[in-house]
Amino acid sequence: MNYFHFPLEDWTNDFVNNWLLPVMSGFFDQISEVLKTSIEGVANFLIAVPPELIALILIILAWKIAGKGTALFTLLGCLYLGSVSLWADAMQTVSIVIVSTIISVVIGVPVGILSATNRIVDKIVRPILDFMQTLPIFVYLIPSILLFGLGGVPAVIATFVFATPPAVRMTSLGIQQVPEEVVEASKAFGSTSKQLLFKVQLPLALPTIMAGVNQTIMLALSMAVVASMIGAPGLGSTVLTGISTVNVGLGLTGGLAIVVLAIILDRITQGLGNKS
Amino acid sequence: MNKIEVKNLTKIFGPHPQQGLKRLKSGEQKAEILDKTGMTVGVNQASFSVKPGEIFVIMGLSGSGKSTLIRLVNRLIEPTDGEILIDGDDITKMDNKTLIETRRKKLGMVFQKFGLLPHRTILSNVAYGLEIQGIKKEEREAKAMKTIEDVGLKGYEASYPKELSGGMQQRVGLARALANDPDILLMDEAFSALDPIIRKEMQDELLKLQNKLGKTVLFITHDLDEALKLGDRIAIMKDGKIVQIGTAEEILENPADEYVSKFVKDVDRSKVLEASHVMKKPEVLMTYKDGPRVAIRKMEEAGASSIFVVDKDKNYKGLLTIDNAIKAYKENLPMVDVLTEDVYWTAPETPLNDLIGIAAVTKYPITVIEDGKLLGIISRVSILSGLVLGKEVDVEMHNEVAEKKSEEGMKDEVVSA
Repeated sequence: MNYFHFPLEDWTNDFVNNWLLPVMSGFFDQISEVLKTSIEGVANFLIAVPPELIALILIILAWKIAGKGTALFTLLGCLYLGSVSLWADAMQTVSIVIVSTIISVVIGVPVGILSATNRIVDKIVRPILDFMQTLPIFVYLIPSILLFGLGGVPAVIATFVFATPPAVRMTSLGIQQVPEEVVEASKAFGSTSKQLLFKVQLPLALPTIMAGVNQTIMLALSMAVVASMIGAPGLGSTVLTGISTVNVGLGLTGGLAIVVLAIILDRITQGLGNKS
Repeated sequence: MNKIEVKNLTKIFGPHPQQGLKRLKSGEQKAEILDKTGMTVGVNQASFSVKPGEIFVIMGLSGSGKSTLIRLVNRLIEPTDGEILIDGDDITKMDNKTLIETRRKKLGMVFQKFGLLPHRTILSNVAYGLEIQGIKKEEREAKAMKTIEDVGLKGYEASYPKELSGGMQQRVGLARALANDPDILLMDEAFSALDPIIRKEMQDELLKLQNKLGKTVLFITHDLDEALKLGDRIAIMKDGKIVQIGTAEEILENPADEYVSKFVKDVDRSKVLEASHVMKKPEVLMTYKDGPRVAIRKMEEAGASSIFVVDKDKNYKGLLTIDNAIKAYKENLPMVDVLTEDVYWTAPETPLNDLIGIAAVTKYPITVIEDGKLLGIISRVSILSGLVLGKEVDVEMHNEVAEKKSEEGMKDEVVSA
């Protein structure tokens, strides 16, 4: 099959070394700065607040949104995080999850809306999403280190690439699933397209959109360990230390903490979607 | 001026509608165009007009293009060609802003599957049309409450659509359409999803509301009985074309083609025919001044055992039987004292359906009276013949003659060959 040589490797390296890094580095530095500030801001805030207060808020949220069982689990989960001295690490991880989820939602939901209403946008967006979801993480992890350095920022970027597609897809699906007659009714009474979107399509698509956001959060959490490999602080680095020192106990302690966080966040966001 | 005027309205679905339009105008049929280009002709050069205050029904089977047609009228679907004048303004040429304004002020719409907003209460659903116009909460909710009361749903304003039955949901749909106070109601198979009893109830309700509010209604249905009951005039659609427009009677009596006549064959005539359609002119009449002697002679001449009495302005007075006439003659009683009182009377627009029961129990013909005047009488025989035959007798005889002629024609051909 070797009929001709396709120098993708050389081209890419040329592109990165001769254009992306020298020309665009200023731009990326700015992004990096903004992201770094926001991650650290969120993390510092979460760590500064007394753990008891955060736990209490989480328990009340869980109770109101997802019921007694989840509230009880949240209580036990928070106690566990404290008792294995991983509270601060957990808050680091949560801050990365929060920042990357916000970026994913802020970009993903509007793109989803566009691709639901515009066929050309949909045709362009679809293959890009496939690309983002199937490209092995390490392929874009390397350039993101080059562009953003080590630490939380490349982790957020990598998480964004990995976790945005469900937000886009579910938003688009949710809007397409709004019954045709309801849309027609809204138009027939003289809605502008903005009114149609905000008063009819988005409210009705909200449960589906929330399911997408829930998936985004779960994927972001699942990136915690990978992110720790490029220097992101948090529960992932605990697991990583466990692996590199062959400390099975430490690995399990950290891994379990990620699962606990995942279950609490999942139940609360899922409940939020079902409620609306 | 007509409220709605539709001229040569055409919709072709597909990638190159203008090409299809050319083919259509050069006389190609819907099936041919589908075959050659893969494009579907939804509505084929439809023209009709609706007068103010009229209920205009478009009737057709599924796939006939009727749902497309009604969506063209408020441009939920963009027309390929033709004009739609609402109060004289062509909606097909309006810019987006004017179109939205027209939809808000002039056109209300009711949908087959209701199209209610499931996340809003009944009150907020009904107020939706006003809300998007930017009307203040208090004002729009007051208006919405009033229409909710009008359609008989008071007490349900805080419920959600899914908590209501189908019939009640459609009342909400109707209330929502009325809340904007539009001149025109577009009703797309509005009652088709309802149970028969509820459907009848809603039909009566619509007629009542229409009587009170005088809206112009464009009503789509696949149910001929519904069309005949509601429609002041009816348009029958087939394959995107309007094949006939007329009143219920006109369509029943003179179907434009075989398709329509097949359609109307099974109609329950008792619901369509009215007293005035089957009544006959009373053959013998008398006035008070005629006296019993003249009355007896008139009955004798007509071979009848009773006679209707009117005054000189044809105001109905009563029925005189032969026995009573003889009694009055012998005992010299005034006519007023011997008139038979228990004669049933009815208005000319009463459906035949309602007269069947009366006809079964009464001894005398039923009188048809309007403003006190005797318009005609209905005997048991005329009800039955009306039900069974309608005016079909003429059509069938006509067909028989035509068939005989064509048979003869064929014989002629054989001979000449």
